[in-house]
Amino acid sequence: MGGLEKKKYERGSATNYITRNKARKKLQLSLADFRRLCILKGIYPHEPKHKKKVNKGSTAARTFYLLKDIKFLLHEPIVSKFREYKVFVRKLRKAYGKSEWNTVERLKDNKPGYRLDHIVKERYPTFIDAVRDLDDALSMCFLFATFPRTGKCHVQTIQLCRRLTVEFLNYVIASRALRKVFLSIKGIYYQAEVMGQLVTWIAPYAFAHNHPTDVDYRVMATFTEFYTTLLGFVNFRLYQSLNLHYPPKIEGQAAVELKPEEGEPYALDSESYMEKLSALSASLARVVAPNPEDEAEVDDFPVEGESTEQEEARQKEQEALEKQKKLFEGLRFFLNREVPREPLAFVIRCFGGKVSWDKSVCIGATFDVTDPAITHQIVDRPNIEKQVIGRYYVQPQWVFDSVNARLCLPVADYFVGVLLPPHLSPFVAEKDGDYIPPEKIKLLALQRGEEPEEEREEEEEEEDATEGSEVEEDSDEDDESQLKKMEAQRSQGKNLPVKVTAGKVLKEDKQRLVQEQLSEEKRLAIMMMKKREKYLYQKIMFGKKRKIREANKLAEKRKAHDAVAKSEKKKNKKARCE
Amino acid sequence: MKPGGGGEGSSQQPLFSAGALEEQDGASDDLTDSEESIFSGLEDSGSDSVTEEEEEDDYDSGAEEKSEGMLGAGRTAEKEFQSCGKKEGTAADQQGPPLGNEYDEDSSDEEDIRNTVGNIPMEWYQDFPHIGYNLDGKKIFKPIRNKDELDKFLEKMENPDYWRTVQDKMTGVDVKLTDEQVELVNRLQKGQFGDVNFNPYEPAVDFFSSQVMIHPVTNRPADKRSFIPSLIEKEKVSRLVHAIKMGWIKPRKPKEETPSFYDLWAQEDPTSILGRHKMHVPAPKLPLPGHEQSYNPPPEYLPTEEEKLAWEQQEPPERKLNFLPQRYDCLRRVPAYPRFIHERFERCLDLYLCPRQRKMRVNVDPEDLIPRLPKPQDLQPFPTVQSLVYRGHTGPVRCLSVSPSGQWLVSGSDDGAVKFWEVCTGRCLKTLPVQGVVKSVAWNPSPTLCLVAVAVEQSVLLVNPGLGDKLLCGATDQLLDAFVPPEEQRPQPVTWEEAAGEEHSQGVRLLVRHEKPLKQVTWHRKGDYFASVVLDNSHLQVLIHQASKRWSQAPFRKSKGQVQQVLFHPLRPFFFVATQRFVRVYNLLKQELTKKLLTNCKWVSSMAVHPGGDNLICGSYDSKLAWFDLDLSTKPYRVLRHHKAALRAVAFHPHYPLFASGSDDGSVIVCHGMVYNDLLQNPLIVPVKVLKGHARTHNLGVLDVAFHPSQPWLFSAGADATIRLFT
Repeated sequence: MGGLEKKKYERGSATNYITRNKARKKLQLSLADFRRLCILKGIYPHEPKHKKKVNKGSTAARTFYLLKDIKFLLHEPIVSKFREYKVFVRKLRKAYGKSEWNTVERLKDNKPGYRLDHIVKERYPTFIDAVRDLDDALSMCFLFATFPRTGKCHVQTIQLCRRLTVEFLNYVIASRALRKVFLSIKGIYYQAEVMGQLVTWIAPYAFAHNHPTDVDYRVMATFTEFYTTLLGFVNFRLYQSLNLHYPPKIEGQAAVELKPEEGEPYALDSESYMEKLSALSASLARVVAPNPEDEAEVDDFPVEGESTEQEEARQKEQEALEKQKKLFEGLRFFLNREVPREPLAFVIRCFGGKVSWDKSVCIGATFDVTDPAITHQIVDRPNIEKQVIGRYYVQPQWVFDSVNARLCLPVADYFVGVLLPPHLSPFVAEKDGDYIPPEKIKLLALQRGEEPEEEREEEEEEEDATEGSEVEEDSDEDDESQLKKMEAQRSQGKNLPVKVTAGKVLKEDKQRLVQEQLSEEKRLAIMMMKKREKYLYQKIMFGKKRKIREANKLAEKRKAHDAVAKSEKKKNKKARCE
Repeated sequence: MKPGGGGEGSSQQPLFSAGALEEQDGASDDLTDSEESIFSGLEDSGSDSVTEEEEEDDYDSGAEEKSEGMLGAGRTAEKEFQSCGKKEGTAADQQGPPLGNEYDEDSSDEEDIRNTVGNIPMEWYQDFPHIGYNLDGKKIFKPIRNKDELDKFLEKMENPDYWRTVQDKMTGVDVKLTDEQVELVNRLQKGQFGDVNFNPYEPAVDFFSSQVMIHPVTNRPADKRSFIPSLIEKEKVSRLVHAIKMGWIKPRKPKEETPSFYDLWAQEDPTSILGRHKMHVPAPKLPLPGHEQSYNPPPEYLPTEEEKLAWEQQEPPERKLNFLPQRYDCLRRVPAYPRFIHERFERCLDLYLCPRQRKMRVNVDPEDLIPRLPKPQDLQPFPTVQSLVYRGHTGPVRCLSVSPSGQWLVSGSDDGAVKFWEVCTGRCLKTLPVQGVVKSVAWNPSPTLCLVAVAVEQSVLLVNPGLGDKLLCGATDQLLDAFVPPEEQRPQPVTWEEAAGEEHSQGVRLLVRHEKPLKQVTWHRKGDYFASVVLDNSHLQVLIHQASKRWSQAPFRKSKGQVQQVLFHPLRPFFFVATQRFVRVYNLLKQELTKKLLTNCKWVSSMAVHPGGDNLICGSYDSKLAWFDLDLSTKPYRVLRHHKAALRAVAFHPHYPLFASGSDDGSVIVCHGMVYNDLLQNPLIVPVKVLKGHARTHNLGVLDVAFHPSQPWLFSAGADATIRLFT
């Protein structure tokens, strides 16, 4: 047995991981800087398979990073920028302390900055990667865009976020990419199909935030720093893909200043322009005027290995999509001042509708309330006094429900002052066995093109039917009670003559027998399972059973609710009759 | 100084009255007054000029005024006035020459010092008839009046000037305010200046403005330093020049004008996709919201009151939903979500703090996990239904045994009776009362004998039940009687006795008396030898007896633990001894230990040997059944955990490949246990039937099971005092 003695923890997984503190020391960074670097570079800790081995025998809770990741960070140019910035801050503080204002000015002029372009490129080598990871970026930017312009974070960041989100919204409008909208209690969820990728983001309702104290805004600001860079580049590329001017230009204006003046690279610099853009009412100018002939239909090439059924389904889906894109085409909406303007304008414009609002609400109104061509007026108040004939007064939920249903729903359910039908999440795709709310079933039927039956009549019929059945049940019960009575008499009265009644042939339910046999076989087989498999099996079955239980619970709740509602309705009806 | 003083003087009279009014409102101000030095007025009567120059010294000026002869009460008003705004006060002070005769209303000289008590709270004089002392040291008496409420009321009603009448606390005299004084009070209440003529908005004249006038503001000649070059500046310049020369100061870099956003992915080259990207685990997307998150969800998703309460009592990480579903009847009622920033922040934390790992989801169809076993129908025959119940015992039936012919059944119970049953009819043919609990019964396996061994208390009874063939019974009795005691009495661990009298008539033939209470008795296959287990810890636990020779011996020299059960090998001269955790196999011929089986159980309760002799099953109190293949290993070939409670008995069928186990959960499980002649093929074990029928009593279910010797029938004895036959 020759050779050197093998030492522990000098090979294998112990050498592949590094603890956070060690990594920090290796990079010579403070914890805050290290955190910032990790956020910007997208480095996350790893969970080793054998924690104890990696931890050199100790079981203390530690965060481990891959050594490769840390080595990768060593070469990051941004690290030196961090250090430069630190030096800058030190110098500045010293200058302030000595009241050397010239130095302060000079230092401020030479303030070191850094750009994140290369990191974006490095983290997302292809454009599609970036689009795929856009969810968090969008949500964060939408949140920051609603922050107050005081405290918390830099005003420039907030403005940038606002600008980028508006740009993105404009892109979605221009490309008609929106697919689903959902009004949740947390905010408004949007889902758009960008470059074939589904991008979902949430925008908060437009109210002031009460800023929590237990949130580290520096972390959020670092994330936002990266996300704004990412979103900016993505926006640029997206605008390019649609032949739009990148600092977006409103259509009418583009004709006037097709050549941007040298002094004004950003039309956005003017605030009013930004506001006009954020009004989302005007379409954007294209670099090359769109040619209708160019938009010829793309020939369909059948994908190999696809059956005709699949192909048909795909085509159908495609058609539905095209139809959805033109959902509001030709409709003119007017938003009352109490409805949230931005989400509604965005959604309506995404599906080809024309939208306007009161001039005093926001810039960019295109037509007036008195416009006779208005087809829908979105109202969110209990009643409206002066109604104009020739337009529907609907509540805002109609717009969102219609978008999710991919068809213009009947407006009657959404009239002013009417109790709204539930707003369902478009993101839920129920599998069989799951609970499906009855509204969803109705909606699916509508989508299939089945005519909604005359509800009233049906209901009444139903009521009649139920009453009839009740009567029948009553008669059954009567029979039973009679039988019982007789039996009781028989058991009590001894004077009843003892009599042998003809035995009945017990009907064997063959199916049930077979079923029972099968289930018993299964039970016996389960007994013979190995311990591990049995555990897994029981776990799966438990999950399944829980799902069923939950679905049943929901169904029961609904049933109870419906029963209560029905009885109340009946009561009301009776009261009305009397 | 004179005008200033005069200005002040002019405001004295009204001030006093205001102060009086104030005092009428509440006496609380007096307290604050008293905090001021009461001597201040006496000390500096001549420091007029100093105090008037200082804006801040308003208090002092007030005190000083008093010293001049003003009423003490006036000072409160002064203070009040100054608290309105010091500036205003000073403005009033600095006001120009007063209008008219400033001494008109100044009555300080004549009557100001009417009371010399000084600056004290006037309540101190409440109980005295006087209110102070005048300058001559004479008492000032209170005006003689004791106005009660009625008087006050009448005065209020009748006196038109009641509203402007105030009481001077210093003198106790009622003073009627003049019109000017009332107006002043009103002005002060409105927060205006006391003086009507004061203009607070006079145009400001900027003398030292940026504009250079022809006439200088000052007449000061220019400094000398404005003519000579500055040394300090020279030094500074030289330092800068030096720094520039040395290259310490660089000219400002022109700012780079790069567009902030450009087409970053203009050249997408596949080489830029590094190995890292393949290793990268993208962050999982947030789950999409369900119906319950809607602002107007279907009613079934709204939590009930109990659910709400439960949600609130749960710890935040335990909650299934991190919000409470809520319904708003229209969009305008929906508020901001208070935890929005929190949630975004938590997502950020997840993104950079959470270790990521690819997890393989087990995507198994649970049906695939169920082993494919032969169908029970194909493994028939086996007992399936309960066909007979043997009732008669009054206590739990502890043991049972079937005769080799399969016609009779014997059972022993806690009620102290051994009952003999006819299997086919379920009739109890004979009852043998014994003293004590019957621990074990065993029918002699020899078909030529009709003999049952019964273990009761400390003795084994050999009983000839006298059932069935008379010849057989006679032969049995003959065999037992043929015993000739040997000449030489050998020492035995037990004593053999012949039954006599009533016992004999009931069928008991022999009694084997042990030292200790018995546990079990079992016959050898040939029906001559039988073994008994005693509840003891010594080496005399297990005894082997020979019935024909009435001879007993203890085979072991040393105890290896508490013996649970013993068994004879059905074919070969082997002897199985089950202790708590092990089963030992002894070769009786060679008198040595052949094998020690590890049961992996906590406490063995019972065992049974396959009729082939190569397989053994062991039931244990920790509800396990271990199958040993004696040819293979000392560890169980298979451990079955079918029962939910402790196993009490196991049994093999003598012909069919069946075995059964009875447990405290009241069920008997019948398994198909096929042993192949081919040594390479493992035994096939398939559970075929769960038989239920026994009711649980005192946490005991089935206590013993036995198979019919020829039919696929199963007998089970239960704690509910019944024996059941399953066919």
